Amino acid sequence: MTAPGLHHPAVSPGLWTLAWRRLRADRVAMAALGVVCLFLLAVVLSATGLVAADWEDEVAVNYAPPTFVGRDPALAALAQPPAPAPPNAFDPLAGDLAVLKARLARQGQAHHAARRATLPFGADKWGHDVVRKTIKGGQTSIVVGLVAAFVAVALGTLFGALSGFYGGRVDDFFNWFYSVFTAIPSILMILTVAAVLQTRGVATIVLILGLTGWTGPYRLIRAEYIKHKAREYVLAADAIGASSRRKMFVHIFPNVSHVALVQVSILVVGFIKAEVILSFLGFGVPVGVVSWGSMLNEAQNELILGKWWQLTAAATAMALLVTAFSLFADALRDALDPKLK
Amino acid sequence: MTAYILRRLWQMLPTMAGVVVLVFVLFNWVGGDPTYLLAGKMADARAIANIRAQLGLDAPWYVQLGIFVKQIATFDFGNAWATGEPVSHIIATRLGPSLTVLVPLTVLETAIGIALALAVAFVRGSLTDRLVMVACTVGMSISILVYIIVFQYGLAYRLGLFPVQGWGEHFTENLLRYAPLPILIGLAVSVAPTLRLFRSFVLDEVGQDYVRTARAKGLPERRIVWVHVLRNAAIPIITYVMANLPALLIGAFLLERFFGIPGIGREVILAVERSDFPVIKAVTVYVAAATMVFNLLADLMYQAVDPRVQLA
Repeated sequence: MTAPGLHHPAVSPGLWTLAWRRLRADRVAMAALGVVCLFLLAVVLSATGLVAADWEDEVAVNYAPPTFVGRDPALAALAQPPAPAPPNAFDPLAGDLAVLKARLARQGQAHHAARRATLPFGADKWGHDVVRKTIKGGQTSIVVGLVAAFVAVALGTLFGALSGFYGGRVDDFFNWFYSVFTAIPSILMILTVAAVLQTRGVATIVLILGLTGWTGPYRLIRAEYIKHKAREYVLAADAIGASSRRKMFVHIFPNVSHVALVQVSILVVGFIKAEVILSFLGFGVPVGVVSWGSMLNEAQNELILGKWWQLTAAATAMALLVTAFSLFADALRDALDPKLK
Repeated sequence: MTAYILRRLWQMLPTMAGVVVLVFVLFNWVGGDPTYLLAGKMADARAIANIRAQLGLDAPWYVQLGIFVKQIATFDFGNAWATGEPVSHIIATRLGPSLTVLVPLTVLETAIGIALALAVAFVRGSLTDRLVMVACTVGMSISILVYIIVFQYGLAYRLGLFPVQGWGEHFTENLLRYAPLPILIGLAVSVAPTLRLFRSFVLDEVGQDYVRTARAKGLPERRIVWVHVLRNAAIPIITYVMANLPALLIGAFLLERFFGIPGIGREVILAVERSDFPVIKAVTVYVAAATMVFNLLADLMYQAVDPRVQLA
């Protein structure tokens, strides 16, 4: 639109650029972002199998203590390969066993000999490395939290957009739906859906959390759409004949997406906590999948035996991530919505 | 006033109807057929047909919905599938233990939250304030499971200060012997988020004109904060506490489970584990109703606290 020859004014920074500048100035936020990125990196590495893919290997003796504690004399004996049992002349399976043993030996599976007495952060009941298990468990918990948060915010945004944009009966319907969902406390809703769905699985938890968590984003996004639909740029889009769908999602959505992003970051924290509780109770991840919740479940019994390392590893990893994520979410909200401060 | 209450109750009807339909759809369509679960492994066709007839599952959906509505209205959900105990009896007997833990917990949590929030707001912006807020964020990030496991192990199992778990017959015994540790853990978990929230309520008030006026006329800061600010900050605090009460009934399920307290929350967990649908249905519907009633009560309490509020 600028006439040729005129000096081009510097492009004024947009919402995201400004927010990023504000965020960069906040040292706590950047440190938190760094920690979150480290966790996400661990998730990616673990999901692609580069790290912790072998967490199920029984690399140490059962309950091997952390290296800095020192080996447990009672358990160290187990690290030695067990003495072969005296031959039993009446063993009907002796022939079969000999064949199996020979095959194992050919494949180089010296299983017992490799078991270690200590590990950097100890081992669990089966001799799994706790560090690798924590990384693998983190993958489950973080992926569930992230995906469920996106599902919940997507639902909330869709409902909020329809409700705020169309108003009238559509708005009444969604408001009624919202009041129904908020009348049931979220934890009860989660347990009810868990009871009904029966199947245990990662997809089920994502579904449960996503389907029950849309109410918060819905309320905020609806308010944004009510505000924006009367703005001039939407009226202009209307004047050139843009369809309702186009106005809602191409014109308005980019202008309210920061609200959705902040909601995602807030929900991730809550959903990671919820996943841990669900998995702890046994309504979450299936047997054979490890998550921080299932680790805490095992750790509860281990603690009575004095084996504190699995509890410490899972609890510390989770507290670190959730602290960093909450601090980052707070900073993100302040950066994207400076008025709110 | 009466007209206002009546109208609010009238407005609850569509929401309540929605809750009933939602629960009905969840359990009757999404949940699948419970007959095989009830009939056991060696069921013949006659037994299955018999159970279906008893549950009304062979009737069309509107008859089933009618049965459900009648169950809600008459407080008669039949017997629990797992134990055969009447559901109404389950709810009635489990409410006491839950409240024995929850009432002291809520009172203490609110009192401590208010006191700390005012104290922190008193030194707002200082290093103490910021350190307390960071401590709150860290405290909130630790899973409630970790608090329970560590406190139960440390204070009860190792140090023997409290019973590890259990529940008795007498109210005073329960309150003084078995409830203190769950209440303590509940406080440890809830003080951080409560303090953060209440602090923001208080900070919304300290910038108001009336605070400046009070200062200008020479009132001591302590009186301004504890009398003037507190009365105004009480409105959002009441909303928060009241709106959370019904949810707390369920929210304490982890405490009840770990400490063997026979409360509502533990009953819900057991019911989910056993797929005992009547219990879950009943609790969901009644807790939803309680949530709505408590929201109304919160609005009524506003007027008592703040005469400016007009209930129209």
